[in-house]
Amino acid sequence: MEIHLDKSIASQDWAKEAEAIVRKCVHCGFCNATCPTYQQLGHESEGPRGRIYLITQLLEGHPADRQTRDHLDRCLLCRACETTCPSGVPYSRLLETGRLMLEEQQPRSGLDRLKRKAMTAVIPSTGLMRAGVGIAKPLRPLLPKKLATQLPLPDKDLTRPGSLHKRRMLLLEGCAQSSLTPETNAAAARVLDRLGISLIPEASGGCCGAVRLHTSDRERGLQDIRNRIDTWWPAIENGIEAIISTASGCGVTVKDYAHLMQNDPEYADKAERISALTLDLAELIAAETAESTPKSELAQDLRVAFHSPCTLQHGQKIVGVIEALLERYGYSLVPVGDAHLCCGSAGTYAVLQPVLSGQLKADKLAQLQLSSPDLIATANVGCQLHLRKDADVPVLHWIELLDRSKG
Amino acid sequence: MSRAKPNSDPLIQQLRSVLPDSCIVSDPASMKPYECDGLSGYRQMPRVVVLPTTVEQVQAVMKACQASKTPVVPRGAGTSLSGGAMPHKNGVVLSVNRLNRILDIDGQNRCATLQPGVRNLQISDAVEHLGLYYAPDPSSQIACTIGGNVAENAGGVHCLKYGLTVHNILQVKIVTLNGDLVTLGSTAPDSPGNDLLALMMGSEGMLGIVVEVVVRLLPRPPLARVLMAAFDDIEKAGNAVANVIASGVIPAGFEMMDRAAITAAEDFVRAGYPADAEAILLCEVDGTEQEVNAQLDRVKALLDKAGATQISLAKDENERILFWSGRKNAFPAVGRISPDYYCMDGTIPRKEIGNVLTRISAMADKYGLGVANVFHAGDGNLHPLILYDANKPGDFVKAEEFGGEILDLCVAVGGTITGEHGVGVEKIDRMCVQFDEATLAQFLAVREAFDPDGLLNPDKAVPTLARCAEFNAMHVHHGKLPHPELERF
Repeated sequence: MEIHLDKSIASQDWAKEAEAIVRKCVHCGFCNATCPTYQQLGHESEGPRGRIYLITQLLEGHPADRQTRDHLDRCLLCRACETTCPSGVPYSRLLETGRLMLEEQQPRSGLDRLKRKAMTAVIPSTGLMRAGVGIAKPLRPLLPKKLATQLPLPDKDLTRPGSLHKRRMLLLEGCAQSSLTPETNAAAARVLDRLGISLIPEASGGCCGAVRLHTSDRERGLQDIRNRIDTWWPAIENGIEAIISTASGCGVTVKDYAHLMQNDPEYADKAERISALTLDLAELIAAETAESTPKSELAQDLRVAFHSPCTLQHGQKIVGVIEALLERYGYSLVPVGDAHLCCGSAGTYAVLQPVLSGQLKADKLAQLQLSSPDLIATANVGCQLHLRKDADVPVLHWIELLDRSKG
Repeated sequence: MSRAKPNSDPLIQQLRSVLPDSCIVSDPASMKPYECDGLSGYRQMPRVVVLPTTVEQVQAVMKACQASKTPVVPRGAGTSLSGGAMPHKNGVVLSVNRLNRILDIDGQNRCATLQPGVRNLQISDAVEHLGLYYAPDPSSQIACTIGGNVAENAGGVHCLKYGLTVHNILQVKIVTLNGDLVTLGSTAPDSPGNDLLALMMGSEGMLGIVVEVVVRLLPRPPLARVLMAAFDDIEKAGNAVANVIASGVIPAGFEMMDRAAITAAEDFVRAGYPADAEAILLCEVDGTEQEVNAQLDRVKALLDKAGATQISLAKDENERILFWSGRKNAFPAVGRISPDYYCMDGTIPRKEIGNVLTRISAMADKYGLGVANVFHAGDGNLHPLILYDANKPGDFVKAEEFGGEILDLCVAVGGTITGEHGVGVEKIDRMCVQFDEATLAQFLAVREAFDPDGLLNPDKAVPTLARCAEFNAMHVHHGKLPHPELERF
């Protein structure tokens, strides 16, 4: 596509990167076909092609109005369009640039700003999250059902094996996950223990940066990343074999550290090393378990609907791996239509765009529950909690199923 | 999406009386992406965009437009490569994207009733469990709408054997300019009266707004296999196509890609196309196992004789899909090797493929622009993609001139200026090369019968005679008669 950068930004690296992305786009419109918001709204400005067009206007120095921001805000950043795009346009990078430009041009209104501030303050802070959960837990019977589904479940096994094995890997605890679904990492630690791998916990908790980066709070998001790098670095120097993420939303961000920190002279090399070391749990287990894994009797007759998070399938391009693992362990998977579409959780989206998010969740649950599965499995804490609010069956992290079958 | 804002435009005020605010887009930012379709070199901001959700709303919009003599430009997914959905500056863009429901699937009668915003591929996906599919498969099938397919008489890879859109539609409902809902065609094998249904196919939004389509569904063939043949010379590949068709085999799809297209598609899909070939042919045959095997043997022998350097058969269904995926994504994949491309759509007699491709390559040298060829070889439907850089001043004009010369050549060797992409705004002047005045006058008379005020997608598809007089004067002045060395057909 044609683009002529506004003179005032033409020499900036970020603007040049954005220009190169726009030039890669040939305006074919294939992306709209798999865009959840375009499908819901049927409006050219609510699909990737239209948003690229709007961002091009910004980059060319044309004044934006409030509608431009609304259209960019409604993007889930699910990146289904990137999977579809034959021209290889890294759309999400461009969208984040567009949002940042708008943040500078137009300060947000009071309520909008407050909501964003609250989320970027609470979610990444493991201390605040834990405190909140601690207060809410005893009140569970009094809470509305939807809110109660968001609290950690009482009957989960949280024990973790000791660190006995020679093979050691660093486990990302995650900010929300460590408080709300602590069973996930416990199960991961037990499964890997049986495979001869010990998971080392992080020295201290904190957000990988995703929450603030996705609410256009870039500087503080980058600071989150520096903090994480500093926290992990001693373990890396100690020779851990890999960094394991059990939440695909965190994994996709950590894998992107190399790109995010490329212009930070102090952290660029470390970030590159960390991105290269990072694996999603599924990648690790698929590589460590044999094709001939005996099917578990516990798995027999359990019908599972798998929801592949966008950060897994579109962000990390891990497709069919967990599904194959579950089948290898003896679970039977039910077919799920429109599996490429986002469930509407999308980080902070469920709070910032409740109407669209709710429609996407309803559509997603309809597809997941169409064949009456016994449970829904997924690979990201955000999707898990979001779907749990309205699901008729339990929604688990897939590693709990592998843990159950003692594979 | 747009919020109600005071707007002094009387048309918009009138539209507000017949449509909810959520169906009217009138703020400049939200309208901006509507200023072009898949052919982004041509742009025009519309006056207003409407996104109706019911047929009644479409009727109300049409009545309002007729009363105020406002032009109406219908729009599907906006994937047109001929500017068919480019707005009119005083006009309404009527988008059918919210009319996107599959209304009925009738497995017994093998047909489906669809709203116009249903995507082409969505149809085949929805009837897969019945062992059926919808045959026309334009490369943009993931995104393009059935309403747009009707308006453009869309083709695709499998049209060689199964026909264009016109051969696969049983009935349409259209809303005319005065707001009437009219049914054309029927689900019976033949319908009484003149075949006005066929008239709608490829009418490019000039006759009415398609609001419902009944498509014919076909049973999936029991077996389909695809051969890939590599050639070290593009002319040899072209001649191979002519020989296969001349032998009486009708492949389900028969496609050709040249080296530039192979490189781009391979980069996206990793289909296993040979990187060192000058051209590849993809030839699919389908039917029963016996039929398929017999045809494969014949095709293989013919390709071999034509000088193929390598022939490989897709080993399973996955590889077959992969071979086609490279082809179907080839256009936009060219975005990997060039910032922009201008896609042409001429047809020629198959025996001319080698000759015409060689001449196009010479023209590319003359204009100093690259070209990638990926096209429906089996039906002689060329798609040269002219590679240019929209950021370079003058590059698009050069690409247009180059394209024009290719279309002149197509006409000169006995072909046409469009095979399946429509005329739109892009090839309107070339209509003057293709048809004489008397024929164009008849086209205009048809248009006038439906739309005496000329409000439906004006200035597209059929040029006025005055426009042609002007163009022909320029055209002959510039280049004399195009390709005078060729015998006229």
